[in-house]
Amino acid sequence: MEKQLLSGDEAIARGSWEAGCKFAAAYPGTPSTEILETLSKYPGVYCEWSVNEKVALEVALGASLAGVRSLAAMKHVGLNVAADPLFSAAYIGTGAGLVIITADDPGLHSSQNEQDNRFYGLMAKLPVLAPADSEEAKDFVKKGFDISEQFDIPVIIRLTTRVAHSCSVVNLTERINRPTKGYEKQLSKTNLLPVFARLRHIDLEKRLDRLKEFSETTPLNRLEWGNPELGIICDGVAYQYAREVYPDASFLKLGMVFPFPDQLVLEFASKVKQLIVIEEVDPFIELLVKSLGLKVTGKNKLPRTGELSPYLLRQSLAPAPDKTNLKPEPDLPNRPPALCPGCPHLGLFYSLQKQKAIIGGDIGCYTLGALPPHNAMDTCIDMGASITFAHGADKALADTDPRPRIAVIGDSTFFHSGITGLINAAYNQSNIITIITDNRTTGMTGHQDHPGTGKTLMGKETVTIDLEKLCTACGIERVVTVDPYRLKETKKIIQQIIAQKQPAVIISRRSCALIAEEKGQIKKIDPDICIGCKSCLALGCPAISFFDGKAVIISTACIGCGMCVDICPKGAIS
Amino acid sequence: MNLLVCGVGGQGVLLFSDIIARIALASGFDVKKSEVHGMAQRGGSVTSHIRWAKKVYSPLIEEGTADLIVGFEMLEAIRYRYFLSPNGWLIYDPLRIDPLPVKIGLVERLTDEQLANRLRLTTPKNIPVPAFDTACALGNPRVQNTVMLGALSQLLEFPQEIYEDVIKQTVKPSLVAINLKALTAGATLITEHRQ
Repeated sequence: MEKQLLSGDEAIARGSWEAGCKFAAAYPGTPSTEILETLSKYPGVYCEWSVNEKVALEVALGASLAGVRSLAAMKHVGLNVAADPLFSAAYIGTGAGLVIITADDPGLHSSQNEQDNRFYGLMAKLPVLAPADSEEAKDFVKKGFDISEQFDIPVIIRLTTRVAHSCSVVNLTERINRPTKGYEKQLSKTNLLPVFARLRHIDLEKRLDRLKEFSETTPLNRLEWGNPELGIICDGVAYQYAREVYPDASFLKLGMVFPFPDQLVLEFASKVKQLIVIEEVDPFIELLVKSLGLKVTGKNKLPRTGELSPYLLRQSLAPAPDKTNLKPEPDLPNRPPALCPGCPHLGLFYSLQKQKAIIGGDIGCYTLGALPPHNAMDTCIDMGASITFAHGADKALADTDPRPRIAVIGDSTFFHSGITGLINAAYNQSNIITIITDNRTTGMTGHQDHPGTGKTLMGKETVTIDLEKLCTACGIERVVTVDPYRLKETKKIIQQIIAQKQPAVIISRRSCALIAEEKGQIKKIDPDICIGCKSCLALGCPAISFFDGKAVIISTACIGCGMCVDICPKGAIS
Repeated sequence: MNLLVCGVGGQGVLLFSDIIARIALASGFDVKKSEVHGMAQRGGSVTSHIRWAKKVYSPLIEEGTADLIVGFEMLEAIRYRYFLSPNGWLIYDPLRIDPLPVKIGLVERLTDEQLANRLRLTTPKNIPVPAFDTACALGNPRVQNTVMLGALSQLLEFPQEIYEDVIKQTVKPSLVAINLKALTAGATLITEHRQ
């Protein structure tokens, strides 16, 4: 059996392939993106970047009902977007197996919140599996497909960043080929008219009862007996930290956290002296353990926010002297993420800064434009909420506030869920300016294709959606395209459009600097001409720095975009 | 073995860590490696935790238990040195990449001397490895991580050939020659330091 080091995401892809999955859909989102990127390289699986997570789950359900094993993958907040089909899919059930991956982000490494999606299992009435490393991620996705078919129900697999992005050893096996079952019309199952849905709800409760029995005996939930003085119940990566800190304790390691194995937990609790629940973020297991009337240590000691770690566990439960005298140094300059040298967003935000405007931001690399030196946006809420925020603010303020209302949204985010907001703004007649930062890719998650790029995930040429025509069709008459590298022109157009006081879309179009094919001549600053006025620093380009009263360009970082050349009032840059 | 690698997004920290983890696996160990992708990679501070032993549970290294820290940049080496065990080694590139808030003048820039003083306080077992300058001298600043790999190879117990093999398997054929040169140059930096 071949052994490989795989990330949790790669292991989910491998497991899906081994399980005979033939259809997979996702919208890119950290930390889930690599699942479909990896799976699309295996033979025999149709993979797509869907336009958003709601679409991804619906198309996967469609494929499942048509008889092939199907996967939908997304980050935790993506499941909010897909919540509508999620609840319906629980009633309907499946054709062939349907597995839904949610990759949660405790610690908010790359997200706007740290919601705990195990609760979706409780609310939508779906089984939830929680792997603790890559080997389990691969195993659980295969078991997930089996459970899905055995119980006629979609299965949620909950990863966290530390499982999705950690690499550990995985034993590879071969793919099981499954014939396509084919589509069969089953009106009372797949049509949720109230008359049918009432019956499906009764059926769902029966399926859940059977799943609860399954949860009591499945090897997914594992007892590891050690010293009976201390019993630890845990799931996911928290298990790994707990094993590290308490090598001798007794463990109930839950791989299936919902439906909850009540009897197993009661049995475990009766055999240990002290009971602790160790889990990240919310007290999900703890609530269910307490519902059995058990006394337990949990979030009264452990943090409810951020990631756990072996160190945090030790400090929270049994404080011990530190192993080193060295401490974190809070006075060191922070290194927040920054836009790249030559990033076209730099040009847009340079042109947008200092506009006295109310500016809604959105989700992508360009969210960083809210930080210094640009300070060019006020909000980051959720995918698509730049346009709707600006619309709401515009209606609320009407004529009482002279500041223009602007929304800044990326191309991929616009396709994901900006279009509906734009139609709403046109239909309900708000006076907002929407700027689409069209860098021809999904930048933040590592350059995935989308409906505006002309290519699919599987590398096929396809239709390219025309943003200008699309915005016009959404009801916006004034649609202008600018090149953000041309700073003066971009600024002039923004000011003109603000002055016109009518709804407008500005498409700021220039390929992401990391994928752009043409590179310019690397720029230099002549120290004899530079007067140290710092005008060029307002661009926020990481290739420009300032030493001893003069600006300098770091030649190994510069990509030669030339934006700074236009900014220098003395012509010192060439 | 607990190895922490830190640096700045874009320096090749993740590829470097990937190579070490593969070498540990090929040498028969259980291995875990943990890092974070996404927003942090956009010029932010990047770390990778690599652990190998007969059996490894936690993918994260506990503070004060790293046997080795490899810092690709001075500020980052200082930022994460509190992970080092009292007997651990710190190797670091004395390169400076100022964070954006420093570049644009929002935060005061620490002088080279201030940084060097802080590093000296870390542990007697610290070795500066000018990997970036060496890579530039070899004609390709991007092989900084391979110079570092060569330096690290002198502090780990894996045979030298295994590094060469992994490089041949990982990098593009046209880049094999310069990466092998970088590997040797890195190893030499450590042997020279020891003399």
